[in-house]
This record gives sequence, structure tokens and C-alpha cells, in this order.
Amino acid sequence: MPPPPDLAEIDAPTRTVRAPTMHDSAVRHVCGTAVYVDDIREPEGMLHAAVGGATVAHGRIKRLGLDAVRAAPGVVLVLTAADIPGRNDCSPVMGDDPIFAGGVVEFRGQVLFAVVAETRDAARRAVRLAEIEIDAEPPLVTVDQALAAESRILPDYTFRKGDSAAALAAAPNRHAGTLRIGGQEHFYLEGQVALAVPGEDEMLVHSSTQHPSELQHTIARMLKLPQAAVTVEVRRMGGAFGGKETQAGQWAAIAALAARLTGRPCKLRLDRDDDMIMTGKRHDFRADYQIAFDNDGRIQGYDVCLASRCGYSADLSGSINDRAMFHADNAYYLPAATILSKRMKTHTVSNTAFRGFGGPQGMLAIERAIDAIAWTLGRDPLDVRKRNLYGNGRDMTPYGMRVTDNILPEMIDALERSSDYRARRRTVAAFNADSPLLKRGLALTPVKFGISFTNTFLNQAGALVHVYQDGTVHLNHSGTEMGQGLFIKVAQVVAEEFGIDLDRVQITATTTGKVPNTSATAASSGSDLNGMAAQAAARAIKARLTDFAAAEFDVPAEQISFRDNQVFAGNTAIPFPDLVHKAYRGQVSLSSTGFYRTPRIHWDAKTATGRPFFYFAYGAACSEVTVDITTGEMKVERIDILHDVGRSLNPAIDIGQIEGGFVQGMGWLTAEELVFDAEGRLLTHAPSTYKVPCASDVPADLRIALFDGPNREETIYRSKAVGEPPLMLAISVFAAIADALHSLSPGKSVPLNAPATPESILHSVKELARA
Amino acid sequence: MSPQPAHDITLMVNGEAIAESVEPRTTLVDFLREALGLTGSHVGCEHGVCGACTVRLDGVIVRGCLTLAVQCDGRRVETIEGLSDSGELADLQAAFERRNALQCGFCTPGMMLTAQELLAAGGVPSRDTIRAHISGNYCRCTGYHAIVDAIESVAQARAQQG
Repeated sequence: MPPPPDLAEIDAPTRTVRAPTMHDSAVRHVCGTAVYVDDIREPEGMLHAAVGGATVAHGRIKRLGLDAVRAAPGVVLVLTAADIPGRNDCSPVMGDDPIFAGGVVEFRGQVLFAVVAETRDAARRAVRLAEIEIDAEPPLVTVDQALAAESRILPDYTFRKGDSAAALAAAPNRHAGTLRIGGQEHFYLEGQVALAVPGEDEMLVHSSTQHPSELQHTIARMLKLPQAAVTVEVRRMGGAFGGKETQAGQWAAIAALAARLTGRPCKLRLDRDDDMIMTGKRHDFRADYQIAFDNDGRIQGYDVCLASRCGYSADLSGSINDRAMFHADNAYYLPAATILSKRMKTHTVSNTAFRGFGGPQGMLAIERAIDAIAWTLGRDPLDVRKRNLYGNGRDMTPYGMRVTDNILPEMIDALERSSDYRARRRTVAAFNADSPLLKRGLALTPVKFGISFTNTFLNQAGALVHVYQDGTVHLNHSGTEMGQGLFIKVAQVVAEEFGIDLDRVQITATTTGKVPNTSATAASSGSDLNGMAAQAAARAIKARLTDFAAAEFDVPAEQISFRDNQVFAGNTAIPFPDLVHKAYRGQVSLSSTGFYRTPRIHWDAKTATGRPFFYFAYGAACSEVTVDITTGEMKVERIDILHDVGRSLNPAIDIGQIEGGFVQGMGWLTAEELVFDAEGRLLTHAPSTYKVPCASDVPADLRIALFDGPNREETIYRSKAVGEPPLMLAISVFAAIADALHSLSPGKSVPLNAPATPESILHSVKELARA
Repeated sequence: MSPQPAHDITLMVNGEAIAESVEPRTTLVDFLREALGLTGSHVGCEHGVCGACTVRLDGVIVRGCLTLAVQCDGRRVETIEGLSDSGELADLQAAFERRNALQCGFCTPGMMLTAQELLAAGGVPSRDTIRAHISGNYCRCTGYHAIVDAIESVAQARAQQG
């Protein structure tokens, strides 16, 4: 159990923390003066790189004819695997992602070479002159093909709780089904980009990356440089969503290689089509499940096989599929469960991190199973959901962690009331009874999302804080800013600590030169980890200032306080900058690092048990949709969301994360469809063929509220992580569509796969008519 | 294909007379960013779908990636930098800040120009009209709700001021 919260500490008034402060770059963004990597003023002599990829999905390279490429106007250098002095690898863990493929190619578009030229245009044009001959072999493209071929990228992994086979055999009711869950392209508005600037023996790389340290290590390994000679810096990204965690590395490496070999700065900005073809996406899954339940709809056992398309290499697929397993229960107590994960190797781009990191797919499967229980028993799906929530004596997850901070029963009750669920359920039923072609659907679904990197050692962060003689503060930490508002949240924490105005805190670019050995800004952990690290750094300096002031003014240290830009020492007040200046003259160090590691988490991969998460973040959403069964078109009528961010560090930022995460999840489940042909060619490689939500696609009636309650764990100001959990609120939209279709054949299971595009909905309508 | 001979063009960019020599295939957004250093217009998809490169040409918004610089010869181009300096967007900018209608900010300049076109038509457009009008500008972060709120609030404020 978490220690009982100290309410005095939690409710202590704050000045900058918990204020709905605007994003630190808001003014720059609206004026167009925020600098992204591609906007950095070009250093003199800068070259541009462009990349060329494999023309088939699987085969052996017979000939890579690059003479015409080398001879093309403006071309300075052509790079292949042979030009790499060190290791030809940009993988995060397994050593299986060549920067340039040589010998074998394993997905269509896999990078074979790069052209370095005087202009971007010249580089891109020259790429097209390559003569690539590959002895093609048949590719494995789909999960089903990989399952049939038993083609795995990593071994299977299983969570077992109790005897689910016995539970299934003994249960009065059983349901079995298969759900196909599509992947998702990140479509960060700013594509992949890196600028490498060579120094004396050093290399500085500006990259749009969530993981500067990993890039630093990749580049050092590739160039045979010490890690200390490589610095990676990022001020901000134009969106990332997981797509710049590992996927930024290859482009930064190529730019750095070109810079090293030419001695000139080099920039690589991927063309959008190349970006969509050459970088990994959310994993698509096939989920085969069986669920056993009693006549009240209470689950007795759950068996699920989650098979995912990992693509040609491991990338982060191990952890991503682990997280699918960790969330295979979503919010529900499973007395017996077998959760089997299959990580399939295909000849497609290597799938990667994407907001939710496997969690959404694991959740979607059990939410479908819950709907199937309700359909079988003729119950309202909400009643089945409520009946199966974690609760007293029913708190053990399939991976041996107790759920001790569950607030979902309370949240669901509140949302059920505020969304007027029961009355709308009756209205929807009445509407459907009179409407043969338009069908309404309603669903209220919960989210329980585990917070912490499940790879326990990654839960660490560092910060560097300096206080200058004018009382201004330089803030640096290991987190990266991708628009999520991390930088302003951490700045609020530091300003609060020193009792100074937020504009006295200078937010600075993330760089491996200031904070080393960082984890990716991922797993929603940015403010949890970096907020704590920055607070620790600020507190170290504050402690020195306190001791100095106590001596200077001859008062006990307990009588020193920092607020309103002043330092109070007993009855004396001194402006913060004046105390700082005095302390400097008093030979006090005004700089400190800070470090944080998440306490009390552990995981034993062998026994598949432990406490992988520090806490859970919760949410619930109620969606109402209208489906046209003649065209498959779907409209979201209304969304009600209640979401738990603990005590918010910044409600404006948090609500923005909820709105944006929800819409991105809705895109994943209703519109965004990745299509590969039988040869492994991605047919949806541009926004002209891949549909991300635009303003007119999102629900007009969107009602969002924060659930006001402190984190029971000691997080930074008792806040909770907010980056990923809201994405899964969109499962309610998918469930509402299934609910609308269920009205066509009550009692039958709805064969709707994700994404529920009009085509998928029509297919489902036809299947139901046939059944 | 070898580079084609450059063309001399003269145009007004944010009220300033510009004379430059450009390759015929240079897009307007590359010209603005690379020749003039106006990097507030962003390159997102490079084929006219995402709207991050939206700029104004003779008073009408265009895609900077689908317009060639040579097409702008003798014409008037306005970008986020110019509209920001002139104060034309001040209330809209303040509303975006206030409503947190931005996150990563990459779409924001293009979004502002598209929104301003609708607002300049006058009146208070319905939320559906606002949603339809900005549907050619993708935002992957915010989910648009805050953006629609911000634009609506400016329309209401401007209507009240007459």
C-alpha cells in the first residue's frame, strides 16, 4: 500500500505549480519564431543528404549501381555500408538495424545508400539515378503469414494467473473471437530531420529526437568516437508521439557520417513519403481470445493470444508487446488468465513506439471481449464493465501487482451521471427502433494505464540548474519537448522552489552535454521524472542559500523562506537576486545537478511478476455515434471524458493532452488505415492516401473534465502522467460503433475490426446480415 | 536533370521589395525559408495536404509547397512574420496563447493564416464553419478543439468591437 498521503503537503498553496500557464513557446509559435532543426540558420558550407531505399521487400542485393549517382550534378559523396568506420547499426537494443543495408534487404524502402550534395534538390534527384538489382524472395507481409511461417523476431512470452483453461472448461458461458487491430503512422507534422556540425575532434548533432543519449551512443559507435566527443541537442520537436524515440537515429547517423567524412556540416531532412515508408509505426495486432463468464457477466477466465507485426527487426518490440500484455486486463479483475504474446517478424518496416506503446492494443481486445459478454447475456455493456472492475479482494493483476490506487468505480459513476448515460441509452434504443438506416451507438469505457518504463532501470532522470548573479535561473534536464508542455511544467516546479516568477527561469535545449545518460522522453514519464530531478537540483542550491542566509542574517535556517521573488530571514526580506549576489561573494556554489529514480518498482521477467508500475493513471469516456449502414459513414455525436491527472501541474497543458490524445486515438480506431500490398509495398505513404483526423472529423460536442484527486504516490506535487493514457479513451468510440451495429442483430457478436473505417463498418454490416 | 536557368523575379514580401534570382522549380516555401530566412512557414508534407506552409499571395492563402516562387513575380506575399509584425494577428495570437491552442507549434503559423482568412470575412462563423474552414490544416497534437475555441472567441470579440 502507498503511504497515506500527507494532506498538508498536498494542499499547501502553490504559486506557479498548478497554474494553467501557457506553453513556454506559445508566443514564439504564434509568431513563427520558434526554431526547429530545419530552421537553424545554415552553417556555411552545409551539405544536404538524401537516402535511397530497397525496391523490393525481401531479397539479396545483386548490384548497387551508383556511378550515375556519383556523377550527378552537385553530388559530393555517396555513402554506403562500406563507408562506415565503426558499427553499421542504429538499433536501440538488439544490433539488428543496419544504417545502410548490405547483402540482404528485409523491407521495401530499407535504406541502401545516401547521397550527399550541395543542395537538397540535387541530393534527392541523384538518388533516383541508382541502379538497384535485388534477387527478390517472397516476403512475409502480414501477421497471418508470419504466424503460418512461425517467423518470430523475439520469443513468445506468457503471463499466467491461475488455471484459465480450467476456468474456461467449467464456466457456464464462453465466448471466443478474433479482433484485428490496425497500426498507425505517427504523422508528426515536422518530419525526421538532423543537422550534424563537425568540430575539431567532436561532432555536434541537432536532431528532432526524443532520445538524444541513444543518438549520441549510436553516432559514437558508428564513427568510432568516444561518446564524450559526440553531443546531441534538441530544443523542440514538431511532434513525435513515439516516432522519434528510436526512429530519429538513422537520419542523425547518416548526417553525422557525411559531416565526418566531408568535414562540412550536413543536414538530412526526409521527404514525407520517404519518412512514411522508411520509419516504423504502431504495431498492428491480431488478437484471438476466449472469455469465460458467469450468468451475471462476471469474468471467470480470459485467454488471449496477442500476435503483432513487428517488422524486420526487434526495435522496441519486446517492451511494446510486454505493455500490450500488461494492459490485456485494462481495468478488469481476471481471476484466471493466460496472456500469450507473439512477436512476429515480417518483411515490413520495423514497427516502433507510438503513444500507448502496445497498451492500446491489449486494452482493445478485452474491451471487445467485455462487449461480447454483454451481447451474449443481453446486458448493457456498462453494467458488465462495472461488474468486472478491480475492487476489494479482487485487486491482483495477471502479473502479480496489486491495484491499490483504483479510483475507477468512483470515476465511472461520476461520468455515468454527468454524461446522462442511462437516459441516453434509452434514447438511442428508441432512435434505433425507428431508424432503419441510421443507427446510433453509445459506450462508456474505462482506461487504467500503468506509469513507469516497464524496463525498470530506465526510470531515471537528471537535471542541471544554475543560478546567476542577477537571480535568473538556467534550467536544463533530460526530458525533451515535443509540444507536450514538459518544459513549462518543469520550469513551474523550479520557479516554485525558488519562490520566483516563471520568467526568471530560462528554459534551455536538451543536450547530452549538460545531462548525460538519459532515458528517452517516453512512457508518459517526462514530468514525473524530470520534475523530480529538477526539483532536487533546485533544492540543493536552495539549501546552500538557506544556510548562507541563516548565517548572514543570524536566524535559524527554519526561519528562511523563499517567496514572491524575495527571501525572508526572520523579519528581514531581501530580493532573491540580492541574496544570490551576496552568496556568490560569499563563495557559495550556485549550480547543482539533480537526479531522480522512481522508487519501489521492480520486475522479474523470468517469473513475469513484480511491481512494474509506480502507479496507474485512470480515465473514462462516453461516446455516442451515428452510423449509416448503407454507406458505412460514421459521425461522433458527443464525447464526455473524465480523466485523472492527479493534482495537475498545469491544467491547461493537461487538458490539451487529453483533447489531443483522444483525437489521435480516434484517428487510429476510425480513420487511419495502413495498407501494404502483397509485395510489401506501403500503399498509404502520404497524407493524400493516409487519413489523419482534420478539424471537421473531430466531435463538435466534446466535454472534458479533470478528476480532482491527488496521486497516492509521492510524485511531483502529486500529479500524474498524462501523455499516453488519454489516447485509449478513444476505445469508447470504437465500442460505440460496435454498439450501433449490434442493434442490427441483437445477441450476435459484432465482427468489427479496427480501424472502423466506412469500409470496415460496411463489411461488418454485411457479415451481420449474413449471420 | 540539370538545373534550369534561373529567373529574376521581383515581389513584395511582407511589404518589402525583393529582387532575387530563382530556379524555376523552387517552391515558394523553400524560397521564403532558404533565400529570405523566413522560417515561420513550415514544410510538413511537401505535397499540399497538411497546410503547414500556408502563406498569403495577393491577399489569398495558398500552399507554399504547391506554389512556385516564379509564379510570385510581381505579386505580394505575406507570411506569419509579416502578419505578426503588422499586428494584424495580435488578437488571434493572444487567443491561441490563452486557449492553449497549440502544442508542438509546427502547424500554428499556417493555422493562423487560414483562420485569419475566415475571420477577415467578418461576422461570427458557426463552429461548424470554422471546423470546415480549417480542415485543410492538419494539427496532430491538439485535436483542434482548442483551436476552434480560440478562433470563435476572436470572431465574437471582433464582432462586438464592430
